[in-house]
Amino acid sequence: MKISCQVDVRHLTRVEGHGNIKISIVDGLVKEASWEVVETPRFFEAMLVGKLYENAPYICGRICGICSIGHTLASIRTIENAFGFRPSGQTDRLRLLLKHMETLQSHILHIYFLAAPDYLGVGSVLPLTKSHPEVVQQALRLKQLANDLCDEVGGRRLHPTRTVVGGFTMLPDRHTLGRMRQRLQASLADLAAGAALFAGFTIPDFQRETEFVSLHQEGAYPFIGGDLRSSDGVCKKEHEYLAMTNEYMADYSTSKLSRLSRQSFAVGALARVNNNFHSLHPAARAVAEELGLTPLSHNPYMNNVAQLVECVHVVQESISLIDELLAVPWQEARQVVEPRAGIGVGAVEVPRGILYHCLEFDGQGRICKADCVIPTSQNHANIHHDIKALAGECAARGTADQEIELLAEMLVRAYDPCISCSVH
Amino acid sequence: MRDETKMKDDERTYLGVAVPRPPVAFFELSSCEGCQLQLFNNEAGLLDFLDLVEIVNFREAMTEKSDHYQIAFVEGSVTRTDEEERLRTIRDNAELVVALGSCACFGGVNQLKNRFNDLDWVVREVYGDYAISSQAARPLADVIRVDLEIFGCPVKKEEVERIVTNLVLGKPVHHPQYPICMECKARENVCLFDLGEPCLGPVTRAGCDAWCPSNRLGCWGCRGPAPAANMAELRDIVVRKQISLERLLDRLECFGGFADEAHILRQELEGRS
Ligand code: SF4
Ligand code: SF4
Ligand code: SF4
Repeated sequence: MKISCQVDVRHLTRVEGHGNIKISIVDGLVKEASWEVVETPRFFEAMLVGKLYENAPYICGRICGICSIGHTLASIRTIENAFGFRPSGQTDRLRLLLKHMETLQSHILHIYFLAAPDYLGVGSVLPLTKSHPEVVQQALRLKQLANDLCDEVGGRRLHPTRTVVGGFTMLPDRHTLGRMRQRLQASLADLAAGAALFAGFTIPDFQRETEFVSLHQEGAYPFIGGDLRSSDGVCKKEHEYLAMTNEYMADYSTSKLSRLSRQSFAVGALARVNNNFHSLHPAARAVAEELGLTPLSHNPYMNNVAQLVECVHVVQESISLIDELLAVPWQEARQVVEPRAGIGVGAVEVPRGILYHCLEFDGQGRICKADCVIPTSQNHANIHHDIKALAGECAARGTADQEIELLAEMLVRAYDPCISCSVH
Repeated sequence: MRDETKMKDDERTYLGVAVPRPPVAFFELSSCEGCQLQLFNNEAGLLDFLDLVEIVNFREAMTEKSDHYQIAFVEGSVTRTDEEERLRTIRDNAELVVALGSCACFGGVNQLKNRFNDLDWVVREVYGDYAISSQAARPLADVIRVDLEIFGCPVKKEEVERIVTNLVLGKPVHHPQYPICMECKARENVCLFDLGEPCLGPVTRAGCDAWCPSNRLGCWGCRGPAPAANMAELRDIVVRKQISLERLLDRLECFGGFADEAHILRQELEGRS
């Protein structure tokens, strides 16, 4: 059967920011298939010029409400790299713990509140509070745990207050950390229930060969700093980030776009799991295998599964981090950092993928030039090409209009795009 | 969902009087969407909150959309012509428009680009010669009438819930008149000035329970000026503590609540150098 179909989704819901999906199939042929980004640019890079370094983490955190901790930590790393400063082991551990809890809260929000309604056939999480109350309770418990621990370590779950260049303004309470460890341990049961729920979902079967880009660390699943790796074999150092991002502009997007070895590449949970599968915590790897996620998976819908796998990983690793922190007495919360002229780059894996900040300073520590490359803008081109391929498959198969629209929406949501921050 | 609401309305009373469940919509202009997320960030009270109002429009969380709403919460600042149009439509549809967060109240961090007199330079700095439109970032009240402002970057969820409860019950909403320092002293914090850090607590409107100073970070003034702000006194403290005026300016300039004071200080400092 030759189908004709028009999909025109303006301001897609249940994603952060504004984007449109357009698909036009006429007599079984795809005339048009696109993912457009229409978010208002906010010009963060220009805002920073002339400001003292201490402004950067504070202002950059406000690029994105979901990954404010990731932006803050990337900015801090950038500054510390530029000034040649190495944080203490304690600071490194606390930052990673904070980072993990942001990953957990963001992934849980996305999996349960934004993506799951599609799999359960409803328009939002609200009906689920009636039909699946235990699932909603599990999700809320996990999110609350992540947010409470963010409050305790970062001072505030959104736009953290304690995270500064040189370390932290204040340290968490040791007894509270101990109690948090118990809650982390208990949360593994909720995550297991999440895995069981996922096992019942029918993940759309769609494959498109893709290049995956992520951080790489020797012997560890990477989140803060490291080398830059692609599944097509590109390997660069952190400061060479521009060789990975290759930004350009196109008419269908107010966000910058990226390419590497092919016309587009993907970053995010699936890219990280694909590129670092063997560094995952064994418990997380077991969940991945149980849910049919093994490297390299070229199905973008599997990103939701990868997020769940990462939830297990970060909870397990957070338990170990707390054990390490509590094994020794607190040292100084913050060390003195001396500004100097130079350029710094900081690469951090935020929930949606690899994030780069780059800052150039004068001798007084004032910013001369700023650049941020956001994961979602690296993904936009890949989403665009996925939509094209999906439309092609649907046209060939004669899929019904409504199903095409739902599949396309789910595809974009699977990437968990954060559009407002991609056009910061 | 509509049917359910009717049933709910019948059930819900406050002091023996039936309480309506007003249809509420959330919108965002140029923002980080953090203020909206703050509402989702309260896991313990989330389900109660959802019971208080009927959310008919919340693009970030649901697919259903409706133009029938009584209260519109608008986050973000105005930076494009199409945003102005959207905002006017929202004004026409809603009985009550609430500016949610400092971006909506003062322009927020977005207005940091306004300090450059040349907005073309701002665009070129980020996008090169690629044509992207941008205007100065403005608060909602520059474009439409705003009925209520909820300050903060981010807003404090307890405060939002209190305000929404009052709105639903028809009770008046009051903002504190005194500065952050009052809340900070009540919490017996170490004063940041004694640690050599600048703090806008003496001039910023209270209501966040001294969120930042309680985490040993100086206040950046995200809630804007307290009605009784004594700027001259703040400046005296900064000078006395040998903190540079540039650092004071950075804080005054950050969220737009102190735009006039920041503008004067910037001119003074740039004139000096
Ligand atoms: S006021 Fe702050 S938290 Fe709220 S939307 Fe604006 S930048 Fe985000
Ligand atoms: S820390 Fe800030 S808010 Fe607290 S007393 Fe000192 S100046 Fe006031
Ligand atoms: S202490 Fe100041 S900067 Fe911090 S939340 Fe309160 S008003 Fe905003």
